[in-house]
Amino acid sequence: MSDLIDDIIERHVNIDRDGLIPLLQEIQSSQGFLSEDAIIRIGASMDLPTSKIYGVATFYDQFRFEPKGKVHFQICHGTSCHINHSIRILQELERLLKIKPGQTTRDGMFSVDATSCMGACSLSSVIKVNDTYFHDVSPADLKEIIEKYKSNPLNA
Amino acid sequence: MNFPIEVNVTTIVARRGETILEALERNGIKVPTLCHMPGLNPTGSCRMCVVEVEGKPNLITACSYPVEEWMKIKTHSPRVVNARKTNVELLLSNHPDDCLYCERNGNCELQLFAAQLNVRERRFIGKKNKYKTDPSGSSIVRDPAKCIVCGRCVRTCDEIVGVCTLGFIGRGNQTIIGPSFNKQLNLSSCIACGQCIMACPTGALHEKRHSDHLQNALHHHKTHVVAQYSSTVAISLGEEFNLKPGREINGILNAALRKAGFDKVFDTTFGADLYLVQLAAEFEERLNEGGVLPLFSSDCPAWIKYVEQWHSEMIPHLSRCKSPQQMLGSIINRYYADTYHIKTEDLYTVSAMPCTAKKFEAQREQLTHKGISDVDAVLTTRELAQFIKLNGIELPQNDTELADYPFHVRSSAGKLMSLAGGQTEALIRTLYFRLTGKELKQPKIMAMRLNRDYKEVKIKMGKHLLGFAAINSIVTAHRVIEEIKAGRDDLHFIEVMVCPGGCINGGGQPMIKVPNALKIRQKALYELDEKDPITAAHKNPGVIGLYNDFLISPNSALARELLLTTYKKREVPL
Repeated sequence: MSDLIDDIIERHVNIDRDGLIPLLQEIQSSQGFLSEDAIIRIGASMDLPTSKIYGVATFYDQFRFEPKGKVHFQICHGTSCHINHSIRILQELERLLKIKPGQTTRDGMFSVDATSCMGACSLSSVIKVNDTYFHDVSPADLKEIIEKYKSNPLNA
Repeated sequence: MNFPIEVNVTTIVARRGETILEALERNGIKVPTLCHMPGLNPTGSCRMCVVEVEGKPNLITACSYPVEEWMKIKTHSPRVVNARKTNVELLLSNHPDDCLYCERNGNCELQLFAAQLNVRERRFIGKKNKYKTDPSGSSIVRDPAKCIVCGRCVRTCDEIVGVCTLGFIGRGNQTIIGPSFNKQLNLSSCIACGQCIMACPTGALHEKRHSDHLQNALHHHKTHVVAQYSSTVAISLGEEFNLKPGREINGILNAALRKAGFDKVFDTTFGADLYLVQLAAEFEERLNEGGVLPLFSSDCPAWIKYVEQWHSEMIPHLSRCKSPQQMLGSIINRYYADTYHIKTEDLYTVSAMPCTAKKFEAQREQLTHKGISDVDAVLTTRELAQFIKLNGIELPQNDTELADYPFHVRSSAGKLMSLAGGQTEALIRTLYFRLTGKELKQPKIMAMRLNRDYKEVKIKMGKHLLGFAAINSIVTAHRVIEEIKAGRDDLHFIEVMVCPGGCINGGGQPMIKVPNALKIRQKALYELDEKDPITAAHKNPGVIGLYNDFLISPNSALARELLLTTYKKREVPL
């Protein structure tokens, strides 16, 4: 796993600071999240302080700093879903799972992210659980969805 | 090139290339600022300095906008004042309402502007961000709830100090300022220099208090409390009591501390002289026996932590001498306590320093003796001023008294240690005597008195031509270390001070109220050097006496045990 990070950093060697975000994106898509170790290694290779890299990464919603859970919830936060109260879905999910966006439950089962528009505005509010989309979701539906995935995390 | 601009009802002369704010300030027109720091890149993020410029639809931030010919500027129009007031009100709406309990009460820029703009009601009531204080650091406490995210500490840490520990985390109204990975300060790369405290306009960053137990110790009948204070404290403490800046107040400070209940009062400058003699001895030994050179100074604890974190391979270059504070601390614990039959457990040593990193240093594992630190409490200059006021002592009304025997004599060389370049100058005086047996004809080393980040001088001592450098910035130090690694070998001693200007501008010093305070402090120390009868550390009769009676020589086993220390690589996210 660690070698993969080194391979990616190697491919981005001699980049300027403006190449930082593509590098972070590539590491995230390979590892699923940005670990402390990865950020420290990027800092060493680019001669950048980790505080600056962490600052850039936390500025954007797309980066996570904890591994994803087996069941990963993505709550659409686009305009249409927002108007259809997607914030309530997020709040209910935070209440049920006791985690905030970007976090993972301690047992490594669930994780939550708020994302930008998924492009299914006519079906809002939309959420995505692993690779499955759910449309016209209301906060009341969440309990059922969670229970379903709890018994079988790989349920499609 | 100069040209006129119109400001309010008058015409002033502006220079091409300067910002509106610079033009205004030069002409004595004051505009409030929060995020602005002279000499650093402007960010225009706080929007306190907005002014109205004719022809521009929006208000303009004076700190970041270049001045143009025939601008018509209004600095205090109703629109401008209203905008500034709203700004402060919005900042306060997400600020804990606890000024009375705040470290910076009475000395806070946000509080000052709220008063100036006559903010008298809570116009915006919103949800406040809740954060916990981070008391983990050995020297600095971070309280994100009080942070207004002006970024002055971030820019100081990055552009002035050069360690980049603090950074912005997150985005929008959730932004906070903290070390990498939002970790606690004690796990971060912070070198505890305290320059961020000096930059902070509010109470979001302040020193860790060591003064709380002091009052108890002073009034405990069995505890023998001794004080040592740095020469820098003696030169700058007066500013907290509205005395003339640059006045050295050793004498009245001795008297005041005795009145407060200290059993003995010592001058850390004695420790500085001892440090210089030991340092010269270590240098000579390395020079003669082919030891690792260049030798790096070891009196700045922030610099030590920097080397341990960033350049652990250079640790052999660091002088093994303890800093003046710790040397005097261990001499007090062993020599003084034995001579006067005081049990170590009854002895409480307090030092007053211009530095927050000294608090960290006093807790270093290598500087404790059987788990007990040689210095029990380290106060900053600000804490000392508060302590003197707490005890109801009118500082200026004291008669001058001498510090206590046996650590009362000091040389002006020890005093110069407070200045960037001063240590090198002081070391050259003692080293020249050590290597040649003669005194230096011209003890003033003018090359070391320039206001530069990097100063260098080459001096022939006996058969050696020795190179001395004094560095006053981590960025420059990093560059020189890289040069040394690449093979540069003309330097033999390198002094590094983290704070700009040296200890006189330390992170524990009084918040600057007098313009030019630094220059005044610097000048005062050089004037003391002119007048002082003892201008070199090796001529200090107290130090000579200590070697004769107790330590024997700088190379004796006892001197090594008490006055030398070791360093260790530190693993922190850089």
